Amino acid sequence: MENFKLKFFCFAAAVMTVLMNVSPVLAENAADIAVAASTKPWWVWPLILLVFCFVLGVVAVLAGVGGGVLYVPLVSGFFPFHIDFVRGVGLMVALAGALAAGPGLLRRNLANLRLALPVALIASTFAIVGALLGLHLSNLNPNIIQVLLGVTITGIGFLLLFSKNTEKPVVTKQDAISMALGFNGCYWDDGAKEIVDWKTHRTIPGLLLFILIGMLAGMFGLGAGWANVPVLNLLMGAPMKIAVGTSKFLLSITDTSAAWIYLNKGCVIPLIAVPSIVGLMLGSLVGVRLLAVAKPKMIRIMVICVLFFAGLKAIDKGLGLGLLG
Amino acid sequence: MTTQDDARLQTPAEQVVYANILTVGVWASLALMVILYCLYVFGVIAPHVSFDVLTANWGKGVHEYLQITQSPNGWGWVALLNKGDFLNYVGFGLLALMTNFCFIVLVIGFAKKKDWVYMSISIVEIVVLTLAASGIFGSGGH
Repeated sequence: MENFKLKFFCFAAAVMTVLMNVSPVLAENAADIAVAASTKPWWVWPLILLVFCFVLGVVAVLAGVGGGVLYVPLVSGFFPFHIDFVRGVGLMVALAGALAAGPGLLRRNLANLRLALPVALIASTFAIVGALLGLHLSNLNPNIIQVLLGVTITGIGFLLLFSKNTEKPVVTKQDAISMALGFNGCYWDDGAKEIVDWKTHRTIPGLLLFILIGMLAGMFGLGAGWANVPVLNLLMGAPMKIAVGTSKFLLSITDTSAAWIYLNKGCVIPLIAVPSIVGLMLGSLVGVRLLAVAKPKMIRIMVICVLFFAGLKAIDKGLGLGLLG
Repeated sequence: MTTQDDARLQTPAEQVVYANILTVGVWASLALMVILYCLYVFGVIAPHVSFDVLTANWGKGVHEYLQITQSPNGWGWVALLNKGDFLNYVGFGLLALMTNFCFIVLVIGFAKKKDWVYMSISIVEIVVLTLAASGIFGSGGH
């Protein structure tokens, strides 16, 4: 088993290294990237993307993060596509993953409809605002979006590093809105072999934060599981399993509204989108199987490092400093 | 004693229907997406934007790209369904419409339960998603 893990990590590292070398990461400026893009035959790009996204899908599952949050910073940093297209495809990638995961979560009661629907309404509405704002800023100057994306990605890195989610938060008193909307339920805990009853609190601050989450999801095409889970779990007091399941289901609604904006604006290029979606979904399926044998903690640390690097690179690119290549 | 058979753990009927529709819809959309993509990249159906033009311009912002490639925005792609690249939008559109279909099921389920608050939330969500899909917000200005 150890041997298998070692082989897998070597393979993933090798693929990442090769991909980053064939990508225009070493190009020094936009002109070089354009040249690098035009010197390769067109069919190389979908193939590279397919393999890259497959590895990304595996790593994302093992690290417990969504595909979109890795896809946007890495593809915008290392591929020759404009950030408008990367964000559009990033949303389609996150949407496909969330929609595919939805049925299993709903059937097992791990995604709670009553908790998800009001939150989704807020997030999806503001995802439209975020998408429009993001496209407007990008039209003014794409570097603004690059810098904001970099700051957000670096922030996500810190969030993943420092947030300590709680398996079963203690909620002593359910607030009135939570009670009225029925933000409570129960699920079967297979580990403890018992039914876990849960309820939430701090509904208003939670719902207000989903305004911001929706905007960020729409603006950067990141998906928003990284933000949904801490708000549902740490702030509102939903158990970890419910927070994760509901967050994934929630993404299928939030990302739908933002994805339509990007689709209607022409930001989804099929040549880029389909290999990205298929690669990430296949990678996720393999990732789920590897979860039993891999060391998620080590991979999570690796992903946090990648996020810091991708975030700083986006800031560097946006500010035109050229410190990170 | 609480067990796995506890009635409280039963998944609500509308949630099961939602999951069933999603299962079929998502995998059908993805299968369609792959088939249409193959027709496109293997040259069975000629694209509107040639691969050379595409790769030379995908580093430009979307407004410039659309102008150079004379590509439509909004629902303009429907008029170009005879082109390999825009045919792929059928798969994307279907995938993005799944949530709307599923919410119609929710509205019916909540109405049957006389849960007017959640029925209203579901209806408003359908309106939001439909507005997003309509192109009212997305297709302006280039």
